[in-house]
Amino acid sequence: MTNSFHIVVCASTVPDPLQTLEPVTGPAGPTLKNEMMLPAVLDPWAACALYEAAALAAKHTGSKVWLVSLGPKAKLQQVMMTVAQKVPFELVAIDGPLGGFTDAHSTAAALAETIAAIPGLDCGKLLLFGGWESASRGAGVTMQVVGERLGIADQFQGVDQINVKEDGSFEILERVEGGKHQVSECAGAPAVLGWATGNLAEPPNRPQVGMANMRGVMPAIQKAKSVKLDANGLSYASVALPKQQRETRVVRDMPEDEIAREIVAWIAE
Amino acid sequence: MEKLLVLTHVDESGALSKASLEAVAAGVESAKELGASLTIGIVGAQTDAAARQVAGAKARVLTVAGEEFAQSRYASDVAACEALVRAAEATLVFAPAGSRFNRVVPGVAYRLGGVADTHITALGAGEKLEVTRWFYRQRVEAALRRETRPWFLLLETGTRDPFSAADGDTKAERVEVTLPELRSKVVGIRAPKQGEETIRPDAKILFVAGAGWTKKQADGQVHATEAETLILGFLHAADASLGSSKSLVDQSGENQEVLKFMTHMNQVGQTGATPRHPKGLSTCCHGEEPHVVGWRFVNERRAVNLDPNCGWARGKADVLYVADAFKVVAKVNELLLAK
Repeated sequence: MTNSFHIVVCASTVPDPLQTLEPVTGPAGPTLKNEMMLPAVLDPWAACALYEAAALAAKHTGSKVWLVSLGPKAKLQQVMMTVAQKVPFELVAIDGPLGGFTDAHSTAAALAETIAAIPGLDCGKLLLFGGWESASRGAGVTMQVVGERLGIADQFQGVDQINVKEDGSFEILERVEGGKHQVSECAGAPAVLGWATGNLAEPPNRPQVGMANMRGVMPAIQKAKSVKLDANGLSYASVALPKQQRETRVVRDMPEDEIAREIVAWIAE
Repeated sequence: MEKLLVLTHVDESGALSKASLEAVAAGVESAKELGASLTIGIVGAQTDAAARQVAGAKARVLTVAGEEFAQSRYASDVAACEALVRAAEATLVFAPAGSRFNRVVPGVAYRLGGVADTHITALGAGEKLEVTRWFYRQRVEAALRRETRPWFLLLETGTRDPFSAADGDTKAERVEVTLPELRSKVVGIRAPKQGEETIRPDAKILFVAGAGWTKKQADGQVHATEAETLILGFLHAADASLGSSKSLVDQSGENQEVLKFMTHMNQVGQTGATPRHPKGLSTCCHGEEPHVVGWRFVNERRAVNLDPNCGWARGKADVLYVADAFKVVAKVNELLLAK
């Protein structure tokens, strides 16, 4: 195939899902207790987007993947130590605040400005990838606004698959209600694809890929531009953990027949 | 004074979807509480029937109609919604959080210099509108306000009753939209074959399968085929929807024994869905916080698990049956089929 793409993947860092989260009020508004100390991972949906981007780039000679990530330098460094082992990319780092309580529109503005300034990026070949939501803010707003700011009017969200055709057009599968996929055809790049899980497993660590990536990762983090995110009129009245403790009735030594009868009666209630 | 617009769209049947009618109900209620004017915007190929559905709301009705708007496509939907918001001069915009408007509303907000907040689960109207949503995948709940206008709110479905009133006549105003060159089109919907669907958003019960179904059982063997039969049997007999733990759906990519009908779309929890069902039955699940996320909006919860100290079930489920799920589900299916 002769089609080549410039794939920009937007991905933030989020606390490892297994960590206990406790919201607290900081000087700049709500935050998580010891947020900078919590082990972080690349946002899960954005990570799927990165793996799909790498697979697509590998199929189309001349393609390139950039990973654009906004976060505190220390967090980016920690997460990139792992992510860089997975697939080839060039990191574009933005030094900014961490967390889900920041405004999505301001985040999008910072990302769009950075992407527009990537040297050598051909907007005619641009596929803008990211997660359809983050695992922190969970808004599903950022990708659309970045796309709008870059003038991209073909946008797809909840993407699980892209099939590129010989002429550079592609078919896209987006998740819709009821466990179904909407199938669309797009004339070609540029386009925004907010990924759900896709179909690829997490790639294994590859030391050679890691060594190649890390040559660019540390300089990218060192020269990361600092940004402050505007609140955009956003204020929080309360931030709290839900009351989730239930009085669980633990049923032991009950015969399966009896358990089944109880469950069937409960279903019928 | 706020000017409130409720964005809705026509579904395949030509009528407003339940989610759209829920947004209309929220709009009627909030307009009253805020002293705001109310406009209802409708997007679709044909909008007449939908306009009659909301006649009882006593609101101004604006429509964007035409074949190009039958499709759930970003470029045409964003233009349609932008035109409706401009025509209504709206300061507040409500929309149902379905796949169609989730895709476009943030872009519309940007075009109009506004802001969008999504997954809104509650609206509190005092002097100023305050909305509730979840962060960190349904693990932290927050109430927030915005000064910026227009403020777009995507309302979670299933959080309120749909608007209901007898159909009537209303004088809908048609808004004309000039579309840009369209580079994409919807060519179809890919769905499981009839009778093979496992995701049913309107089901009264969610059945969650954990990785235990594909682990070695007491006889030292894996019984994946039997697990498939039992799970599908339950789904059919109870008309249930199927959810899965991440570990179970991930197995398909790791060349382990898998349940053939299970995909990432079934996944609930930290990196999956948070479906809304009145009841949930969990089987062979283990783990902690990530699973709880998947159950956040399931009201009554029961679990079948061999581990009485399972950190997942204790404190999170109403009832934990310490038993072999293979045996229990087989009996449950027998009883359900005999009814």
